[in-house]
Amino acid sequence: MFGSYLPILVHFVVVVVVAGAIMGLSAWVGVKRPSREKLSPYECGITPVGDARGRFSISFYLVGMLFILFDVEIAFLFPWAVVYRSLGWFGFIEMFLYIVILLAGYLYIWKKGALDWTR
Amino acid sequence: MAPLFYIFAVLAILAALSVVLQRTPVYSALSLIVVLCSLAVVYLLLGAEFLAVIQVIIYAGAIMVLFVLVIMLLNARQETPSDRSRLARWLGAPLLLVFLGELLFAVWERFPAATTRAAALPDAGPRAVGALLFRSYVLPFEVTSILILVAVLGAVVLAKKRL
Amino acid sequence: MITVQADDLVRILPQAILAGFAILVMVFEPFLPAARKTLLGWFSLFGVVAAGAATIRTSFSPGLAFGNSISADRFSLFFICLFLLVAALTLLGSFHSLERENINHGEFYALLLMATVGMCFMAASTELIMIFLGLEISSLATYVLAGFKRQDALSNEASLKYFLLGSFATAFFLYGIAVVYGLTGTTNLLVLSAQLGRSGEFRPGAVFAWVALLLMFVGLAFKVSTVPFHVWTPDVYQGAPAPVTAFLSVGPKAAAFAVLLRIFLGAFASAGSGVFWVFWASAILTMCLGNLAALLQSNVKRLLAYSAIAHAGYVLVGIAAGRGEGTAPVLFYLTVYALMNVGAFLLVAHLAGTGERWTRIEDFTGLGYQRPAVAACLAAFMLSLAGFPTTAGFFAKFYIFRAAVHSGLIGLTIVAVLTSVVSVYYYFRLIVVMYMREGKAEAASASLPWALRVALAISVVGIFYLGLYPTDFLLLTNLAAVPLP
Repeated sequence: MFGSYLPILVHFVVVVVVAGAIMGLSAWVGVKRPSREKLSPYECGITPVGDARGRFSISFYLVGMLFILFDVEIAFLFPWAVVYRSLGWFGFIEMFLYIVILLAGYLYIWKKGALDWTR
Repeated sequence: MAPLFYIFAVLAILAALSVVLQRTPVYSALSLIVVLCSLAVVYLLLGAEFLAVIQVIIYAGAIMVLFVLVIMLLNARQETPSDRSRLARWLGAPLLLVFLGELLFAVWERFPAATTRAAALPDAGPRAVGALLFRSYVLPFEVTSILILVAVLGAVVLAKKRL
Repeated sequence: MITVQADDLVRILPQAILAGFAILVMVFEPFLPAARKTLLGWFSLFGVVAAGAATIRTSFSPGLAFGNSISADRFSLFFICLFLLVAALTLLGSFHSLERENINHGEFYALLLMATVGMCFMAASTELIMIFLGLEISSLATYVLAGFKRQDALSNEASLKYFLLGSFATAFFLYGIAVVYGLTGTTNLLVLSAQLGRSGEFRPGAVFAWVALLLMFVGLAFKVSTVPFHVWTPDVYQGAPAPVTAFLSVGPKAAAFAVLLRIFLGAFASAGSGVFWVFWASAILTMCLGNLAALLQSNVKRLLAYSAIAHAGYVLVGIAAGRGEGTAPVLFYLTVYALMNVGAFLLVAHLAGTGERWTRIEDFTGLGYQRPAVAACLAAFMLSLAGFPTTAGFFAKFYIFRAAVHSGLIGLTIVAVLTSVVSVYYYFRLIVVMYMREGKAEAASASLPWALRVALAISVVGIFYLGLYPTDFLLLTNLAAVPLP
């Protein structure tokens, strides 16, 4: 059972080693001549304005919450997809009903303009 | 499997301590991601594959997004040490010990020896979960959609600028 | 393998219809112009009536559904009818009030219907997972409803407070379910009941069994606001929009009592005396604190909130009286309580005027001379809440006390009687202010809209009907009390 997770473990190890190597090497080999310009936060080449920790609009929060809700919905699709064949039409209908109910929620959000940034 | 368990269990505990001890909320949130991911590995080692995946997708993914958004929304900076209440100091530590003792007792009672290690773990992969969820628990599954709809309505009512 | 039969669907027909209407209301909401949202309210009311008709169909094919997780028995149908009644009264009372407060949005009606769906599932489920889902649906919907006046700080506070404490309480309930599952390997009440019936107690680790029962009790005690889990009640009832308060004070409370009955007098009935003492103690605490604190209130909404706490105490007396004696009186009490409390809250909210400004007791001074009919109506609710003869409140209390005496709970009955004597004082304070003081009542705003009149008429007629001819309905509750769990 756990054998199938070995590649993931290997992947993890490779990620840690590569990332560590890149950062370690650049810290060790690289030449450091710090100046005020270089130490300032990088904002796409534009001179930084103010603090990064400003107050964010609540719209982000609304979108974040709606994201979670539909993320939870997706989570139910995983086990369903695995047993889908053995469930037959019964499984199809129950998931269809579930998706339709949530689609109604999506329609509501859409028409309400909750995803519309300007409203 | 045992070394993996100890590595991630210790990691989870250290990260959990970091969640509590950090003064900057964002650092706490990031430490929480480490806790949640380590727990996912522990679930995986226990054979609960589905739970492990859900842990990463929902908790470490979606819910952490919400945490970070709230921290940004509230514009939470470094925590200023409040005048710690006496009650917390005198009651907190003993209660913690009591709870710890209770847990140890429960574990000790239920698992007297290390024999349970090899006991057959129940199959908790997505296939088993799916078979149970979509056959025996059809109704709870469908009703969950209503619960999500309530949450959708709630999110819009509470957080949308204009209704 | 479970397949869903036609009978399964018939047995959840009321819930399914309500949920369908809720979804339709939600989808139609964005398409309607702001001035026409009341249409959605009427549509919801139609949905409630349709669900009521569906309960009649369901009653013709009673039985278990969905692998023993739903029980369409007389007990659950009784509660479903009660919830539908509460939802209908709340809807009738909300149209005008929402318009006045400028919060007439379709979401209100959708959330109200969904909360009702959740409550119906709570009462009808014999599976702890389904009960939890129902609890969660009704709780989430009511958290949002409590904060529906989005511009109002008190309403926001109510919502937040209710949410924080409420989610904590549901976590307790869920933890209890988890421990039950850990001990017995099942979450189905019927299976649990059979297992317990055989062995008489939990086999492995009786300590943990008590932990499980206590955790579940705490979770539900929060919903019915028994002392010491009541602290949220006055603030939330005061801050929430008035129709929501009317709904909150009755609906989720009755649903949680249904679950308490099913769990503690049904599945875990053999757990015996330990459970009894929990109910005994919390009944005494709740009755005493609720009634004494109500004496000190000057705000009518808060007064009614403490009175609601006190009434939960009387219901607990009924539960403490036990399975054979107490269940039917509890059902009777909850129905009467629903009628009088919804009526009182709706009326007080209407009289309070825009922004619910006039809610102090003095604001009602002299109302009896300015608006005789309205004052008489409010007086009737107060008399019934106090348990005055010829009103339903009298028989509701009487049956509970009788059941308690039959079960030998003399001490508990004495406390209950004494505290209800105390309660007469604060209910009569409002009546005295209305009739025996000269003055110009501030709370005498515009005339009653006719939808509210219908709701009040139903409540008042119900109160006097049950107060004068209680026997028929008592028989009905006796029938509904039989098939537990």
